[in-house]
Amino acid sequence: MRLLEHESKEILGRYNILIPEGDVVGSAEELKMDGPVMLKAQIPLGGRGKSGGVIGVSSSGEAKDKIEQLLSTPIRGYRARKILVEEEIDIAREFFMAVTYDTVAKEPLVIFSQEGGVDIEDLSATQPEKVQKELFTVRGRLPQYRAREIVSEAGISGRMLLGLGAILSSLADIFLDYDATVVEINPLALTGDGKLIALDCHLEMDDDALYRHKDQAEKLALDNRYEGGRKSTDFERKAAEIDNLDHRGVAGRMIEFDGLIGLIIGGGGASLTAFDAVKQHGGKPANYCEIGGNPSVLKVKELTKHILTKKGVDKIAIIMNVVSNTRVDLVARGIIKGILEAGRVPSETVAVFRVPGAWEEEGFKILSKYGVPYCDRSVSIDEAAKMAVERTP
Amino acid sequence: MAILADQDTKVVIQGITGREAASFTRDMLDYGTRVVAGVTPGKQGQEVHGVPVYDTVRGALKVHPVDASVISVPPGMVKGAVLEAVENDIKLLVVVSERVPRKDVIEFLEAAREQDTRVIGPNTLGIISPERVKLGMAGGPVEDVKKAYTPGDVGIASRSGGMTTEIANLLTTHGFGQSTCIGIGGDPVVGSNFLDLIPLFDQDPETKAVVLFCEPGGIIEESLAELVISQKIALPIIAFIAGRFVDDMPGVRFGHAATIVEGDKGTAKGKIESFKKAGIHVAESFSDIVKILREVI
Repeated sequence: MRLLEHESKEILGRYNILIPEGDVVGSAEELKMDGPVMLKAQIPLGGRGKSGGVIGVSSSGEAKDKIEQLLSTPIRGYRARKILVEEEIDIAREFFMAVTYDTVAKEPLVIFSQEGGVDIEDLSATQPEKVQKELFTVRGRLPQYRAREIVSEAGISGRMLLGLGAILSSLADIFLDYDATVVEINPLALTGDGKLIALDCHLEMDDDALYRHKDQAEKLALDNRYEGGRKSTDFERKAAEIDNLDHRGVAGRMIEFDGLIGLIIGGGGASLTAFDAVKQHGGKPANYCEIGGNPSVLKVKELTKHILTKKGVDKIAIIMNVVSNTRVDLVARGIIKGILEAGRVPSETVAVFRVPGAWEEEGFKILSKYGVPYCDRSVSIDEAAKMAVERTP
Repeated sequence: MAILADQDTKVVIQGITGREAASFTRDMLDYGTRVVAGVTPGKQGQEVHGVPVYDTVRGALKVHPVDASVISVPPGMVKGAVLEAVENDIKLLVVVSERVPRKDVIEFLEAAREQDTRVIGPNTLGIISPERVKLGMAGGPVEDVKKAYTPGDVGIASRSGGMTTEIANLLTTHGFGQSTCIGIGGDPVVGSNFLDLIPLFDQDPETKAVVLFCEPGGIIEESLAELVISQKIALPIIAFIAGRFVDDMPGVRFGHAATIVEGDKGTAKGKIESFKKAGIHVAESFSDIVKILREVI
């Protein structure tokens, strides 16, 4: 979960990292600051500056106009509900610093560059010697002396070495203390009068660790932080409601596509495999979904009915990997019931049923009774997908 | 010979009194795995399917020599359970639990590395060496395991638990048995990824080829390609990469830091290209795995 800039900066402040003087406003009327200020739309993605989400203004009158403008204009699909108003900073030099996990080394990694700014990725690719990277350990953390080693290797000494080392070490503490998966200050500005100030901050927290950060979790759960992102379609929302009918298994995580083959597929890896295979054979899926964890008959039934409500969808392919936890007979029963309740004929609606595994004999018995074509485990996932495509007009 | 564990491996189950753990303990015993003890603090004296329960790992070890632990405890307790096993010198850990905070995973892996302890998972269904041993939930009840898995000389390592069994089933259907099958775990950071496991398969005289199931995200596949080139690994590797369609979707934008670490890696397309450069066979369709196996074995 990504924190907004002002939320991340509040955390920097707690670790004594300087941030610009600022205010968060939800409307022009709330503006208190005077004089030249920066207005920054609070949306959960980077590259705002290039998309008009950051505006410098010289007077409070202009600020009020621009605040209204930022609040009413979507930026790359997001609309800010809050604007961060900050004092203008006199920048003499910019640095970059970040902490993340190196998933190959399986250790936290600190990154420091003597050249900050928006084009840091290019710098890393073209002049890697200007970007210092170093692993550290969760248990050993990044003490200031190690942070100074990194800054020193970048060719920096004197008073600035001490300042940058302290900030880098604190950033590693924030990363660990807040269960972050990435925290980044870019740019970190050296001001004309020699102060180091974090101008922007990007912090993402590990969703699996939110349970031990109650304060942050509560804030992140509020839905008035911003608007936007990829909006779920009505079709997807209804599927999610079906998934919430009970707590047994998963049957409803759905992404809508504009094809005509309805898919009920699972688990995770097999869904990816089956969806690819349908496309490879020239099929056009109506949806992607993942079912698994032994969903109830009710959920499978409702999901089947729901997919059949989509315009033009007359055929459903049911493809899963060999299941051990999910019961084949329960899936089969849910599918048949759903098709019948939708007023369709099971033998004509199921393009293919390929779910081998636990309780398969019982499942196949149910399908046979309704004349539904099914495959056993000797038919692979992609062969089943091919059949589904061939049987869908 | 299989890698990691065999029919003589003696196993403790941490969290054995949990519903899921009790259920897979039963399946492991039925498959012939030597589950000698269980641990749940506060439940010493109980039995789960005839397996004695102890309060601590140390207490269990006083009575039973143990080679491996399967850990199935709530996410917040995983770090403690792993450290307990590591400090008691158990050398193979299979962490079944899901949703373990990333920082905890890194931290217990640091401890495991110092003690030379191998960790599989978290978020893994486990390991099966057919007709020898089963650690964790992999494959389900014994009759289902027997249908899908047969002994032989092909190794499997998969980022998806369900697809581990699916690949074994495909191989069994076409007459290829398996040496050791490992669900490496679905998280971005796992104790043993492809980079860690391929050298083990390479050194195993019984394994003649390995099948990998890969998904988009992360850079393990790209790093494996580099490893195969630099260490001149001759073991035939057949990779299937699922989720190619994800490349075409307006995707998640990675932050600056992730881009610096991972560059433009992580897509299915990028993984396929790096594999091909390294001489790793890429199966274009799932069934092609068999076709390629016939050519390389």
